Amino acid sequence: MPRVKVPRKSTAVDMTAMCDVAFLLLTFFILTATSRQPDPLEIKIPSSTVVMKVPDKDLAILSIGKGKVFMEIIGANVKKDALAKMAELYGTTFTPKQYQRFGVISAFGVPMNQMSNYINMSGEERTKSGIETGIPTDSTKNGELYRWVEAARRATADLNNTKMRVSIKGDADEEYKTIRSIVDVLQKQKVNTFSLITSAEAVAK
Amino acid sequence: MAELDTSSGGGKGGKVRSKKQSTRVDLTAMVDLAFLLITFFMLTTSLSKPLAMDIAKPDKDEVNDNRLEVKQSLTMTVILGKNNKIMWYMGLMGESAPTIEGYVGITKSLLENKKKVKDASGKDIMVIVKPTDVSTYKNFVDIMDELNITKTNLTAPAVDDDPKHLTPEEREYMKQQGIL
Repeated sequence: MPRVKVPRKSTAVDMTAMCDVAFLLLTFFILTATSRQPDPLEIKIPSSTVVMKVPDKDLAILSIGKGKVFMEIIGANVKKDALAKMAELYGTTFTPKQYQRFGVISAFGVPMNQMSNYINMSGEERTKSGIETGIPTDSTKNGELYRWVEAARRATADLNNTKMRVSIKGDADEEYKTIRSIVDVLQKQKVNTFSLITSAEAVAK
Repeated sequence: MAELDTSSGGGKGGKVRSKKQSTRVDLTAMVDLAFLLITFFMLTTSLSKPLAMDIAKPDKDEVNDNRLEVKQSLTMTVILGKNNKIMWYMGLMGESAPTIEGYVGITKSLLENKKKVKDASGKDIMVIVKPTDVSTYKNFVDIMDELNITKTNLTAPAVDDDPKHLTPEEREYMKQQGIL
């Protein structure tokens, strides 16, 4: 009896299609991923169990750490408009190129009289020069932080027609006192709701 | 699949004919790499997004008429001290003994008190959080989070962070306990 021979099939699979799909997805994810800019302030954010994500527009983030405050306004146009409003208040002028540069700065923390210098520096110089002393935070209505928040809120209202949200990103070990002084500034202009930025934590059973 | 042609072309000295080579390339490694990167980008885009905890505070300047008087028996005052310690008491300071606790035990206390108040009066407990200047920001986030977890105070925020609102009795007791 002759044995029936099962023909051996090659185990090699055509990978071309799979490869195509994989790279298509890869391209998509790379393009949609927003590149993260380095934070000027080392902040260890506390964790919590909330599930609401931070929105990615119409938002200003106040980073607080080591007694300094940095501000980040989301959206290049709003940022530029806020700077224009501040320039008007303080009687300074910026060139269009400076506005352009300011639009891509993530978080800034310099007094207004240093702003022009600050914008002209490169990212490395900014951290090196020690110019980033934080935004001055007197809780009076003439305080710079007060004005910045106000300018950003007005810019958001003008450009996007929505209310701006204010988020506080505080360092876990920061004394509550500093946070309170910032919150006071916000409450002075009737911003009574704000969100605290936290990292995720598993829900305790 | 990708093979090199190692045969010495043509043995008998005839015409040297170049062999037709297969155009197939082994894509396995490439696909592996692509999927690894995909996984990386997928995870970093959605997972790295920080979370926002919403806090609403009562208006400071405005003197409004619809202030809510809270019954003493319904309130629980939680004061955040230094060294990650909490002091809490029910009702008025002095009427009930304050408890000093860490952040681990507070969840249980919150739940217990919530139940006690609900059983005794049928109403919801009102928790007043007083962060002092010596507590850290993390303490504040933690306690707000605990309130969220235990589902107390969902309707009305009661954060009182004015240092002037800390009564002398509270101050003294906390000093005694070394948490102020």
